[in-house]
Amino acid sequence: MSDTTIKPRIEKVPAAEQLVQKLPVLLVPVLALAGMLAIGNPSTWLTLTVAGLAMGMMIFIMASGLTVVFGLMDVINFGHGAFVTVGAFVGFTVLAWLAGWTASPSVLLNLSALLVAILAAMLITGGLGYAFERVIVKPVYGEHLKQILVTMGGLIVAQQMIHVVWGPDEMHLSRPEALQGSIVLGDAAIEKYRLVAVAIGLALFLGMRHILKNTKIGLLVRAGVENGEMVESLGYRIRRLFLIVFMTGSALAGLGGVMWGLYQETITAHMGSEIMVLVFIVVIIGGLGSVEGCFIGALLVGLLANYTAFLAPKVALISTIALMVAVLMWRPQGLYPVVKAK
Amino acid sequence: MLIKLLSGDTPRSGLLAVLLLVILISLAFAPFLFPGTRSLETAAKICIFIVLVASYDLLLGYAGIVSFAHTMFFGIGAYGTALALSTTGPTYGSMIWGTAAGAIVAAVFALAIGLFSLRVKAIFFAMVTLAVASAFAVLVSQLSWLTGGEDGLNYSIPREFKPAFKLVDEKIFDVRINGKLLLYYLVFFASLILFLTMLRIVNSPFGRTLKAVRDNAFRAEAIGYRVVWYRTTATVLSAVMAALAGSLLAIWLRYTGPATTLSMEIMIDILLMVVIGGMGTLYGAVIGATIFILAQTYLQNLMGVAAQATSALPLVSTLVAPERWLLWLGVLFILSVYFFPSGIVGRLRAGRT
Repeated sequence: MSDTTIKPRIEKVPAAEQLVQKLPVLLVPVLALAGMLAIGNPSTWLTLTVAGLAMGMMIFIMASGLTVVFGLMDVINFGHGAFVTVGAFVGFTVLAWLAGWTASPSVLLNLSALLVAILAAMLITGGLGYAFERVIVKPVYGEHLKQILVTMGGLIVAQQMIHVVWGPDEMHLSRPEALQGSIVLGDAAIEKYRLVAVAIGLALFLGMRHILKNTKIGLLVRAGVENGEMVESLGYRIRRLFLIVFMTGSALAGLGGVMWGLYQETITAHMGSEIMVLVFIVVIIGGLGSVEGCFIGALLVGLLANYTAFLAPKVALISTIALMVAVLMWRPQGLYPVVKAK
Repeated sequence: MLIKLLSGDTPRSGLLAVLLLVILISLAFAPFLFPGTRSLETAAKICIFIVLVASYDLLLGYAGIVSFAHTMFFGIGAYGTALALSTTGPTYGSMIWGTAAGAIVAAVFALAIGLFSLRVKAIFFAMVTLAVASAFAVLVSQLSWLTGGEDGLNYSIPREFKPAFKLVDEKIFDVRINGKLLLYYLVFFASLILFLTMLRIVNSPFGRTLKAVRDNAFRAEAIGYRVVWYRTTATVLSAVMAALAGSLLAIWLRYTGPATTLSMEIMIDILLMVVIGGMGTLYGAVIGATIFILAQTYLQNLMGVAAQATSALPLVSTLVAPERWLLWLGVLFILSVYFFPSGIVGRLRAGRT
């Protein structure tokens, strides 16, 4: 009896190849550096970079649900923007109710008002996600064409319902007292709210990574992305897993909606579909189904949008399209393509 | 002769044939049957949208590709004509070269987008076109020195098409034969020709291969058809047709702006028209566009009445308010995707057997 255990043989990937695989990670600092060179003024650059990171984080929050849902179930939800809008409207309504809390100088009260608003928004959009999945997405699994059409129809109906519930006018709201104003760092003024947005986004990304890498449910999700049929045949109900992921994604869209709404301080019934353009670009850049790719893509888009908005305002949105084209030329499936065993 | 004109694609349903005939006759004699500016505007809009929706059906119904850039091509055509007319003056020459330029630019754009993103999945194409189209819409509203920005362009058209121009002095059937009427018939016959051309395209061997690619791309590839080539060609063809429809709209309205050509609302309208009318058959586009535009113009009045009647019930009256008509069409859209994906035309044809 020998005490050697059988080990799987893992082939070492050559260092050069590893570097190529890790290359997308370097894109963000490279872009930031290029922005520094193009702008020249360090304090302006710092302000813009923080703004870009905040924007990127918010887009990531909205896009992450979409990309995981796609990876897991091959479903793309064109109605995702509706959750963003609903989240923003619910959040604003709650914040308007809690006007006493948000206007008070106490930081604790401010933040708890924000927390309540975010929780309410996430709860409602999560529930809405449940209804959306059951009624709209479930009957058309596996048929891409119908999925696109039906989720688009869901978007139309949801948008109209927002009109019915909240009326056609836009809503204005100022941020809670503690999140107004900015911190001055050297010459650069950094809005406090942006820092909060970066913090929330970063926490969410790390939490998501943790869940996906270290928990059983994360393992199942990743396995489902890799090969859903196999997971099913091992006795897990992938449909239910998918429902949970879909609801989480919708709730995250709601969170993103509240944050984006507070960032802009104005919300309209079609804000969701406007942001969806950026979200789609991010998801495409990152590679459909990849959370890491989505994160990097969101940061790239956020930074680039802010730099170009400063340098050449007219081409801001075109620049993100150009970025998408450039990334797709380099990697036709996005930065981190998700391999499907299908 | 008639069957040849329809490229052998007969309606294959008595009721459908009657409906189509009614639409054709009403459009052909619209100025005489329904006098008044508003009904003429509606009739011209129906003509133009039949072409636009049919060209979208070429893509969605026959090739199985979802594109959200169709209004972009529509807009390129409209802006091509509008720019030509506003820069080089109201002549026939500028009308023609503007239309041609618009169509060519649309074709080049479609080729680029197609080659770039049609190799991958349908979803991917839908997302890329959505992004590109909205970027294009923003770009057009930003470049105000060229496109007039949000205000759009106003320009004049050749004198013979203006309401002030009189062909004959007497009225015929109580209708003045003026430039507006001539313009309407230009739009009508151009739309008719474009529609019959598309009917020819989808019933050609090319159209049949396209359907094969839609139903089973893998198999079509295995038999030896180059799937990417067919899909890209379909994209380009439909883009050119959309651009021509855009040119017609630009000439008819004598105004081109982002709201009338490029907005996402129009894209959604087109989607609704195709699906409700029936995907995969060009007659669906005729039925869909006609019903939708009639509903858009006249259903809202009806809903206004309904809203007044139910004003005592708070929620119901907001649900049937005239502004909410899109809500009901959205519901109808979802139901039709589920329960009768072949739309009204498919229903009618199935009912026959």
